[in-house]
Amino acid sequence: MDLGLDVTEHGDVTVLAVRGEVDVYTAPRLREKLVELVSQGKHNITVDLEAVDFLDSTGLGVLVGGLKRLRSHEGDLSLVCTQHRILKVFEITGLTKVFTIHASVDDAVGA
Amino acid sequence: MSSSNGTPSAIELEIPARPEYVGLARLVVSSLASSRRTLADDRIDDLKLAVSEACTNAIEAHVDLDVSERVLLRWSEADDHLQVQVEDRGQGFDPRLLPTHPPVTDPERLNFERGLGIPLIRSLVDRVEFDPSDDGTSVRIVMFCGPFENDFEADGEVPPPGFNTAG
Repeated sequence: MDLGLDVTEHGDVTVLAVRGEVDVYTAPRLREKLVELVSQGKHNITVDLEAVDFLDSTGLGVLVGGLKRLRSHEGDLSLVCTQHRILKVFEITGLTKVFTIHASVDDAVGA
Repeated sequence: MSSSNGTPSAIELEIPARPEYVGLARLVVSSLASSRRTLADDRIDDLKLAVSEACTNAIEAHVDLDVSERVLLRWSEADDHLQVQVEDRGQGFDPRLLPTHPPVTDPERLNFERGLGIPLIRSLVDRVEFDPSDDGTSVRIVMFCGPFENDFEADGEVPPPGFNTAG
């Protein structure tokens, strides 16, 4: 099971595009990448979930941890997600009220 | 994988209690559920996520105890429901004693990165029962659905009297 993690810069926003399945096996790699970006001084990160096929509570936990870490640096972590099955996980857990969720990367970097 | 009684309605899958095998459990369960034409795709996604959460908990229970046991999934079907049972050998827990998270509007909420799995399972499936014991925990997940797959409608045939094809 592969997890794709591609980083692109859009002005002062760093976009981390995630591809594949985020679960107990792959989530540690996502956590490591977020920690790495923060340590590089990237404090405004958008995680693009449009190419994510599956996301469970382990993935949610990593994103919550990333948001906490960025807020401690006066930064933010937002998401791009329009897939119903992925959005549903955020809705059930109430995390739609915690994260800013954009409909596209353009919306996120222009916001 | 084995069929415990020779029919497709009772199937067992045993996986090593390691994170890399949770994807396999998801794949098998979603494939089995797909054979149910009366279970909609979004319900299959719900079942897949719930089973993944249960397997993750089972694997983490083993890791906490440093036990190299295996996790057993039992798939069974009846006329009106399908059931997946996930069994581990880890230390049992009482689901009633799980800590509750602060409201999502509370900044303290960000201190809780874990503990979302069981609430997710409860929200996604029609019935879930946790049976913890000293020998491990069994999680029984039930999804209600229509009758087992049949080919009558697909073939344009009229089902025999008493054969229920309603969803």
